[in-house]
Amino acid sequence: MRAAVADGAALDLMGAGTKRGLGRPAEGEVLDLSRLSGVVSYEPDELVLRVRAATPMAEIERLLAQSGQHLAFEPPDLAALWGEEAGRQTIGGVIACNLSGPRRFRAGAARDHLLGFAAVNGRGEAFKAGGHVVKNVTGYDLCKLMAGSHGTLAALTEITVKALPAPEESRTLVVSGLAIDAAVRAMAVAAGSPFETTGIAHLPASRAGLAGLSSDTAATLVRCEGPEPALRAATEALTRELGAFGTVTAFNGDTSRAVWRAVRDVAPLFPDRDRVLWRLSVAPAAAPAIVRDIEARFACAVALDWAGGRLWIEPTEAGEDGGADAVRRAAAPGHAVLVRAPAALRSRIAPIDPGPPAARALAERIKDSFDPRRVFGRGRMFAGV
Amino acid sequence: MLMPIPDAAVLAKREAIVRGLRAIVSGEGVIASPEELAAYECDGLTAYRALPLAVALPSTVVQVSAVLRLCQEMGVKVVPRGAGTSLSGGALPLEDGVLLGLGKFNRILEVDLENRCVVTQPGVTNLAISQAVEHAGFYYAPDPSSQIACTIGGNVAENSGGVHCLKYGVTTNNLLGLEMVLMNGEVIRVGGKHMDADGYDLLGLLTGSEGLLGVITEVTVRVLRKPATAQALLIGFPTSEAAGDCVAKVIGAGIIPGGMEMMDNPAIRAAEDFVHAGYPREAGALLIVELDGAEAEVRHLTARVEAIARACQALDVRVSASEDERLRFWAGRKAAFPAVGRISPDYYCMDGTIPRKQLPVVLARMAELSRHYGLRVANVFHAGDGNLHPLILYDANAPGELERAEAFGSDILRLCVEVGGVLTGEHGVGVEKRDLMGTMFDEADLAQQQRVKCAFDPDGLLNPGKVFPQLHRCAELGRVHVHHGQLRFAHLPRF
Repeated sequence: MRAAVADGAALDLMGAGTKRGLGRPAEGEVLDLSRLSGVVSYEPDELVLRVRAATPMAEIERLLAQSGQHLAFEPPDLAALWGEEAGRQTIGGVIACNLSGPRRFRAGAARDHLLGFAAVNGRGEAFKAGGHVVKNVTGYDLCKLMAGSHGTLAALTEITVKALPAPEESRTLVVSGLAIDAAVRAMAVAAGSPFETTGIAHLPASRAGLAGLSSDTAATLVRCEGPEPALRAATEALTRELGAFGTVTAFNGDTSRAVWRAVRDVAPLFPDRDRVLWRLSVAPAAAPAIVRDIEARFACAVALDWAGGRLWIEPTEAGEDGGADAVRRAAAPGHAVLVRAPAALRSRIAPIDPGPPAARALAERIKDSFDPRRVFGRGRMFAGV
Repeated sequence: MLMPIPDAAVLAKREAIVRGLRAIVSGEGVIASPEELAAYECDGLTAYRALPLAVALPSTVVQVSAVLRLCQEMGVKVVPRGAGTSLSGGALPLEDGVLLGLGKFNRILEVDLENRCVVTQPGVTNLAISQAVEHAGFYYAPDPSSQIACTIGGNVAENSGGVHCLKYGVTTNNLLGLEMVLMNGEVIRVGGKHMDADGYDLLGLLTGSEGLLGVITEVTVRVLRKPATAQALLIGFPTSEAAGDCVAKVIGAGIIPGGMEMMDNPAIRAAEDFVHAGYPREAGALLIVELDGAEAEVRHLTARVEAIARACQALDVRVSASEDERLRFWAGRKAAFPAVGRISPDYYCMDGTIPRKQLPVVLARMAELSRHYGLRVANVFHAGDGNLHPLILYDANAPGELERAEAFGSDILRLCVEVGGVLTGEHGVGVEKRDLMGTMFDEADLAQQQRVKCAFDPDGLLNPGKVFPQLHRCAELGRVHVHHGQLRFAHLPRF
């Protein structure tokens, strides 16, 4: 790295390389970090896992499961969206992209579970931040900056995350046949209930079929988790409340797991790799209007997660800009990211919106505070940065 | 505690600064008389005091922006302040600095239950947010013990916790958006009512930045539906080791209680003598475990925790049979600080986090230190997340006791770091733990943090003298290569 700094060269940081289709195509030589792998320490009673940055997620999940624990943000494996092999991604990639699954709206995002890290900045200096305990406010929370920095600030070498008890049992309620407005209202009821709902999603009929459900009708999904007595009480009460919206059915076990894996990993819902795919962060109640605004411009397939706060939009015919103008206008003041598109389109339009000028300038100053020569992931998030 | 030496050139232009402030904030919004300034001379860490140059109390974002721009142009330091309840000196004034009070930003702007969030000005108290959504069965989860007084802006600046944060998270986990003003007057909005927009996470970075990066002028928090019910267990143990073992086994069984608090014998006695909550005065340690959620879940988990406790040598286990009884169990814990205040003229509250398994080691070493310094100590402990609050008992009027208490406190925090923990779990570094930062971070770590500061405030005017043990000029940080901990530019004033 010091050599790259001295030469003014660019380095594109890579773990398993399963997410290289995300963001703008970066400049420079690939720096393969995949050998920074292995568990440093795991103390289930302390809820703390410390690993080298390129430790495979699969290895981590197996280890935690042995103690009945998991990463509560339910890390998705998006690899198949870009035609990469699933099951290979590393924790460093998940953290660097701040990827969180259906449980996010309840349990927090990847960034909320990163307790500490060690890294090498763009000056070639090793540094660390955070700690190895679950509660810590010592110094700036650089963990938040590193999560979602897409390898543009520093090369992660070690990661400490919070591990939490995995739920004992899981059951999914399905409300069938709802249009998006009613679905979002039903999701709000589930999210605002006093029960431990840990996944709330809505799939129109076409996507429900792809998730392994009936393709005849839309499915609004509510996952409840916990010890069996709690689960029984929650599902009974929620079945009554959601009954006001439509027919409610329930399923357990493998079917439930398979559906939520499809919602989590996204690619099963949008398997056509030739189509562009947008990911939106929005105020949940605004979701129906946003979808209508976009549909007024072009036809698209849609899926909703996070009780309506996360939308996946796949235009069928979006035109030259991949639908950027329509999607971003509709999403505002929320946020839209172009997750899947040909490299040329990802270079032309900003997959990640840099925001208004003052925010963009601040982002550049932050980048330079870690990486003044702009060695890492040059252009990955914003052109030139 | 050594603060930056006041800049004589700034002190000399005090009148011009006050005039400039009055041109922005009219009437009582600028305070300059020594009698009135005295009200702002310290925050919750009362051992340190200083009179600010002036106090500005703006009521609009435009005014905040103009005040900061004026101060930047005139080279004047600024210390932001909410309710002034910081326990680490985060709002300690500077003699050559303007104290920027956000108290007039005291309105809740929007309650949006459809999106389960509240948009509020920063000077609203933590508790007022919960009260604003109480009618619909919602609440704002982080509950620092000062919640009737502390403001949400201060909570964001300090990333405040509370007794329920193992299950529900601290401030940073419960925020959706904020608006901030940079030292150059620029207004930047981050997030909103949505989660996890891409781009650098300024929301997360600002949270817990202790007023050094920007002045927060609006906050959007998420609110949660209140659990249907809550039940508490009051469990006495012969020793802290047994209580610690019970905590580990509860978590090992996959149970994350809403709250899990431990007190040692001195804290139990002080609390019991004060509020008569029915605590076992002879117990070596006391645990309060609160389970919350749906009724069936709470019943189920309470029985499991009770069984675990009995298998961990519990002396007695009581389960709250009513809401009154549950609140009585908590009354002693919640009154622990004033209870200790009754048995000692002064106390000094510390705030470190340790890996929980180190608790016996830390308590034993603390007892040794207590003998060494000749000062008593009582411990309350957020047991679930390892956040320890030792209360050091001293008498400020006895010569040398304050200094001994501070030295004792520093030794405790060093001990926390030594066993794998951190200097502060929820109170912040402020001025209090500033000079201990080097025990946890090396020069390269601190330099990286300070470079981030430079991205926001290149002249170092916003709340300087807090968090970092040494002041660096940004230009210097841009050049300096720390090599084996040796600092260059040794001629620069540091403190």
